[in-house]
Amino acid sequence: MSVVLDNLDLVLWAFAHTVALFLISGVLSLLLGTFLVALRVGPIPILRRAVSVYVTLIRNTPLLIIFIFFRFAGPKIGINFNFVDIVWGDLRMNNFFAAAIAALTIYTSTFVSEAIRSGINAVPLGQAEAARAVGLSFGGVMQQVVLPQAFRASVPPLASVQIALLKNTTVAGVFGVAEALFRVRGFTNNFPGERVGIFITFALFFVVLVEIVSFVANRFERRWGVAR
Amino acid sequence: MSTQASVLFDAPGPKAEARHRLYSVLVLVGLAGLLAFMLWRLWAENQFTEAKWEPLVTPRYVEALLLDGLLTTLQMAALSVLFAVVFGLVFGIGKLSDHGVVRWPCWAVVEFFRAVPVLLLMILIFFSYGIDRGASGAYWSVVFALTLYNGSVLAEVFRAGIQAVPRGQSEAAYAIGMRKSQVMMQILLPQAVKIMLPAIISQMVVALKDTSLGFAVAAPGLTQVGEAIYLQFGNQIPTVMVVAAFYIGANLVLTALATWVQKRFVGEKEPLAVSGVGNMAGGASA
Repeated sequence: MSVVLDNLDLVLWAFAHTVALFLISGVLSLLLGTFLVALRVGPIPILRRAVSVYVTLIRNTPLLIIFIFFRFAGPKIGINFNFVDIVWGDLRMNNFFAAAIAALTIYTSTFVSEAIRSGINAVPLGQAEAARAVGLSFGGVMQQVVLPQAFRASVPPLASVQIALLKNTTVAGVFGVAEALFRVRGFTNNFPGERVGIFITFALFFVVLVEIVSFVANRFERRWGVAR
Repeated sequence: MSTQASVLFDAPGPKAEARHRLYSVLVLVGLAGLLAFMLWRLWAENQFTEAKWEPLVTPRYVEALLLDGLLTTLQMAALSVLFAVVFGLVFGIGKLSDHGVVRWPCWAVVEFFRAVPVLLLMILIFFSYGIDRGASGAYWSVVFALTLYNGSVLAEVFRAGIQAVPRGQSEAAYAIGMRKSQVMMQILLPQAVKIMLPAIISQMVVALKDTSLGFAVAAPGLTQVGEAIYLQFGNQIPTVMVVAAFYIGANLVLTALATWVQKRFVGEKEPLAVSGVGNMAGGASA
């Protein structure tokens, strides 16, 4: 335990990286995922088909492979993030960090799009028919009837996706971002005798973070959930 | 083109049909342009040279990719799901126990391993068990870590599956004088297995994707073979494409299998959904 306590600042900065990765790629993946789902349920068949092929391909590719792409393969064809270099205290948002954000966002956004799509599918057809029957335009049907219910129904699966994202940030540690897993590896190399204590501390940190995310999600679900 | 009824828009009339045709053409042109641009970028950066692709069609490397890579990866995934089923069965039934002494520890174990990143678990197991045992140490570190994670997810699947069996079934079993363990083994489990089968197969997709995390502990498998190839030939782009294609292919097969089992044995009901701590299954969802 003493390793963790003696190096508490390192541990906290590690989790600052973890939380930064989670928040930034969480928001970006929600935006990109919403865009994908908009194309996917839209009226143009070929666009629907193309996006669904894209989503299937990305969903079935391991996150690690996407990381390898952005770290080792992308730079070979000029995809790099060398222009990113923001340092805030010990929080280094450099090109490794940006590559991790890109990988996490691209991977997670496909799951976000699936979650929202399942929400849209959960809206009963009769709701839209009734909305059209009382004379709402397409925009009105969407804004006032379909989307509010769809987003509410999407809260639980979206929460699962975001929690998985939180745990997936650890993959960034393998690719040089100084987040929690990176620190665990450093500590266990230097203090092999204390590895179980180190592991339990970091694991509990993650349990707490996961509980926070699911608590927030539960509050949203309780406030927004649709009773059926 | 017949648009099926959708909650979002009416079936298009003749005017809308014409408009959609126009959009379709535009989108098609756009997509073709995008594809051409990507191919041109790859070509401009010399990614289509023979030196870069030749290793990937050389028999010796293809064999390494298929045998040392794909086969090992599939093995690790299959083993960990097999162990995970046992783990999940024990802890899933444990969570349903009437005795708090059994129920609470099982609950704690399942919640803990579901919330901890599998990579963290893998690193710990590797450093405390696998590090002195070479390649097989890394192999089993991956398998054990995936067993704990997928096992705790499957524990939830089993619990949900058993609870999805209609209550009258166990009531009737108790009424004809069966004991608690008999009700579980002879009435509930056999019916639950049918409901759970697709979820178990889908979990294999998760396990298969997660075997790639063995990269962090230099475990054998597709990622390691891929790494060896691109480090030797500097052909990162082609290798990543090929390795990704292997994973995608294997996962699509598994997904198709899960869908088939769902239709064949479970019927048209929704697959069993397990809420809570994030588990991003892969595959094209039904």
